[in-house]
Amino acid sequence: MASLNNYLLASGLLFAIGLAGVVIRRNIIIVFMCLELMLSAANLSLVAFSRFHPVNGLPDYSGQMLVFFVITVAAAEVAVGLAIIVALYRARQTIHTDELDTLKG
Amino acid sequence: MPFYLFWLFTTVMLIGGVSVIAFRNPVSSALSVVTCFVGLAGLFIGLSAFFVGVIQILVYTGAVMVLFLFIIMLLDLKDEEHRTNKIAPIATGLVLIGIFLIQLFSVIADTPNAESPPLDQATLSAAADSYPQDSKIATELKEGHLPDVHLIGHTLFTQYNLHLQILGVLLLVATIGVVSLSKRQTE
Repeated sequence: MASLNNYLLASGLLFAIGLAGVVIRRNIIIVFMCLELMLSAANLSLVAFSRFHPVNGLPDYSGQMLVFFVITVAAAEVAVGLAIIVALYRARQTIHTDELDTLKG
Repeated sequence: MPFYLFWLFTTVMLIGGVSVIAFRNPVSSALSVVTCFVGLAGLFIGLSAFFVGVIQILVYTGAVMVLFLFIIMLLDLKDEEHRTNKIAPIATGLVLIGIFLIQLFSVIADTPNAESPPLDQATLSAAADSYPQDSKIATELKEGHLPDVHLIGHTLFTQYNLHLQILGVLLLVATIGVVSLSKRQTE
């Protein structure tokens, strides 16, 4: 049986991969996907804690409620974010973070 | 969940995650995210969170990643293939995850480890007492099944009812926002 620390380690590794992707990649769409990976990594540790710390013999469903809300908010965030990316591409003809430097002093 | 299934799903998840960063083609990256999320859904189901595992597949791999693929198709990203990576961001990323992993391992070494508590007939039928006598949840629990979806629905519509309505308003605002964002650029 896998223990709690195994799940936390898997979740932390997935979060590290997402963090590395956000820093390394220059394509806004890939950066956005890596953000989704980090959200899912947080979800994994929430579900693991909900299973390993039972309330009244059942898994703690408050943790899974939070996962449900995170998934819904992430879906809304993806819709708005992708609309912004499309608007950005129409205005600037690029989605590379290196070339989007209008705010740079 | 047997230990080999945990390792199988974790490996699928992590390989999917690494190949998101490694592939140059955005379409391959999007499909790697799908692989990663399928592994993650397997882990959720192994943790007896059946409902969360199923909506992970339906919402994330079904809806969100298809939306990503549509947007990638909409934008013409031909110059991505022959672009050279700069060394500075890669070095920064590797240093950053190095620090993060050191922190992670030291925290996990200090965390008290827990084995998974049992979800067998005895604990489930003991939990049935806190629900009304002839309700669906109590009957299923007495039979030794975990009525995951019923329990989530029960928690959602009693304890988290206000949050659910706020979430509905949020989705409405997001929908209106997306429509107005895409309308502005056509004028």
